[in-house]
Amino acid sequence: MRLDIVIAGVGGQGTVLASRVLAQTALDAGFPARTSEMIGMAQREGSVQSHVRIGTEFGPVIGSGAADILLGFEPAEAQRSGNLLKNGGMLLVNSHPIHPVTVALGSSAYPLAEIRAYLDRLPARVTWVDGFELALASGNFKTLNAVMLGVLASSGALPFGRDAVLRVLLEMLPERVRAVNERAFALGCQVVKEG
Amino acid sequence: MGKKLLMGNEAIARGAVEAGLNLATAYPGTPSSEIIGTLAEWSGDFDYYVEWSVNEKVAMEVAGGAAYAGGRALVAMKQVGLNVASDPLMSLAYIGVQGALVVVVADDPGPHSSQTEQDTRVFAKFAKLPVFDPSSPEEALAMTKAAFELSHRYQLPVLLRPTTRVCHATSGIEFGPRIPNVPEGFVKDPKWVIFPRLSYQQHQLLEETRLRLEREFSDGPWNPLTPGDRIGIVAGGVSYLYAREAVARLGLNPTMLKVGTPHPLPTAKLEQFLSRVDRVFVLEELDPVLEEGIIALAGQVGFKGPIYGKRSGHFPWAGEYSADRIQSVLARTLELAPAAPEPGAQDVPPELPVRPPVLCAGCPHRASFYAVKRGSRGSNAIYTGDIGCYTLGNAPPLSMVDTCLCMGAGLTVGQGLLRMEPGRPVFAFIGDSTFFHTGIPGILNAVYNQHPIKLVLLDNSTTAMTGHQPHPGMGRTACGGAVPQVDPVAVLRACGVEWLEVLDPLDLPATEAAVRRALEYPGVVALVLKSPCVATFKATRRYRIDSAACSNCGRCLRELGCPAFYREEKPQIGPSCYGCGLCSQICPKGAIGEVGRS
Ligand code: SF4
Ligand code: SF4
Repeated sequence: MRLDIVIAGVGGQGTVLASRVLAQTALDAGFPARTSEMIGMAQREGSVQSHVRIGTEFGPVIGSGAADILLGFEPAEAQRSGNLLKNGGMLLVNSHPIHPVTVALGSSAYPLAEIRAYLDRLPARVTWVDGFELALASGNFKTLNAVMLGVLASSGALPFGRDAVLRVLLEMLPERVRAVNERAFALGCQVVKEG
Repeated sequence: MGKKLLMGNEAIARGAVEAGLNLATAYPGTPSSEIIGTLAEWSGDFDYYVEWSVNEKVAMEVAGGAAYAGGRALVAMKQVGLNVASDPLMSLAYIGVQGALVVVVADDPGPHSSQTEQDTRVFAKFAKLPVFDPSSPEEALAMTKAAFELSHRYQLPVLLRPTTRVCHATSGIEFGPRIPNVPEGFVKDPKWVIFPRLSYQQHQLLEETRLRLEREFSDGPWNPLTPGDRIGIVAGGVSYLYAREAVARLGLNPTMLKVGTPHPLPTAKLEQFLSRVDRVFVLEELDPVLEEGIIALAGQVGFKGPIYGKRSGHFPWAGEYSADRIQSVLARTLELAPAAPEPGAQDVPPELPVRPPVLCAGCPHRASFYAVKRGSRGSNAIYTGDIGCYTLGNAPPLSMVDTCLCMGAGLTVGQGLLRMEPGRPVFAFIGDSTFFHTGIPGILNAVYNQHPIKLVLLDNSTTAMTGHQPHPGMGRTACGGAVPQVDPVAVLRACGVEWLEVLDPLDLPATEAAVRRALEYPGVVALVLKSPCVATFKATRRYRIDSAACSNCGRCLRELGCPAFYREEKPQIGPSCYGCGLCSQICPKGAIGEVGRS
């Protein structure tokens, strides 16, 4: 069993936590697992990419065209990491854009419609999720990572069940935000069931 | 117990614990910071001492002292930090230790968050000290334990050099038992005093040790040789794992030598390797340390085959390697069929917005930069920056960092600038942690040599860039103990700074006025702008724009660069607003007001 997952997002969105949750769940299920990510304050609001490799004996970084799953926390960041996704892979992407400061300043443009169209044309199974709305509905916009984990855990693509993922997620969170994240995770699970 | 997911840095901490660690010191620096952070977190469970020192030189010397007394000591830093600590390191190599001293220096090929890509293996060679180069978090743990053991046995500092992809990668780690070490205490001896005659002796000893280590490493487990066909691959660090992935993808079966101890090189093992192959690929990030060693050895043993590496132009000298990169060089050089085209390559992607890291929403540094910018408008001032989150003040729209060299240099580079262009004001920004690290000597120099620098101390009461480590200004140690708080204002006064004001930068008019007063003053000036880092407290309010009152002038969007702003028809403030109130102070229409946190 081998599974390579890339999580693409913006600093502060919780990609690192999401990657740790997936890797620890894999370890608990008896698979070797590795992650690699850029952490540190230098990534504040910058692009971040986390790699999760399940069942690998190789390094922690996923090569281009090799990822089975791309979990996009943000559309532009999903596109930025699109080269890693393999033909026939799976893309789960939050549709809510985060405009970088460069857009507000007018030195960059954010062509959302084109990005959407491009991602839809990728040779992959693409699922769009309004993760931001779901996170808000759970009570805290910062639970986007829990929403997206819920979506992924219900997709049937992981070698372990959604309850296992939720259990590890809750273990890794401080007590006071567990309830809101549990709600967010459940809302994410809902997406796949209905859609 | 099952395997626990640990970061490479946590695995190093665990390795130190299992090796019977007695003392650990560091100054935070990405990608090394979590080693000490983790040891501090675990300090309640084990009997060792751990501290955040004020800089790497101090950290090295404290750890060295502990090792003089038979302790097992660890000191950690990033590659740039080793420059600061190089003075004691070079001498410690000669003096040696009684217990064990493991020097962990995290390198940053890429680089992802550093001023340089410098290669610590070269430093190890320069210092004539053994160095371990782990390829994964699991191996980082094993090598940490081995480094302690080796250091104790040879009474010599030993380096461990993980890179970002080891430090910040995670893996499933199994814990082993802790074997405690009881320091025997310091024993007085002339050998602890470095005199020229002793240095000469020690240098000879060091060279003999190097030869002994060469043999030990050739026989030991850290440089495994995997036999295959006559294509040879030598790889160090994470490149070894990339190489294995690349050869698996290409279906090759090369003879592989993994070098875990790049200095001293396991020469006998390398000779064995060369006898089995007719060409060699050398895979290592940054400097050609292995490659140059192999080229020299090939000359000595008469190996005639080609050696493909950096010197041959096959691999890049700068930046990170990857399995992809190695695969394509192997395929090209060995004339294998080209890899399949990358998916999506036939489609032209839309151009993406640039997304650089920026100061957080509500970051008080934004207010400080903005106030100094406004207060010094028209003065032709130069703004020297320093290392920390506030380096991000260089980005537009603030554009307030004209120079940035290394820790503490903003202040001193500014003094040089002043001497060349007297009369042109220089504002030097420095953070509180950097002030304690190497800022104080710079201030002393300014006062003593009468360089009328305008210091702006951005005091957010933490070391924010690397993950909020405490420092002497916080009244709290690495493990959370309460200690006397050192007030930077009192330090500045004691250094002889006469004109000094303390303000809250979020009070924009008052700060701007102070900047104007500072401009008038002819001598050394210090503005202490104090407001806590937003990551250290919970927001209790946020701001909103009254769209009816907003004239859509765009000033709030254009001038501050706060990431909470976005534009619909008119500017809007999103949920990431931290409620600093800076924008409400610059809106000409008074359209931005406070609302409670939902
Ligand atoms: S108050 Fe204004 S400047 Fe401060 S965080 Fe909120 S939006 Fe940004
Ligand atoms: S500065 Fe005030 S008036 Fe101008 S766009 Fe911003 S909110 Fe509107």
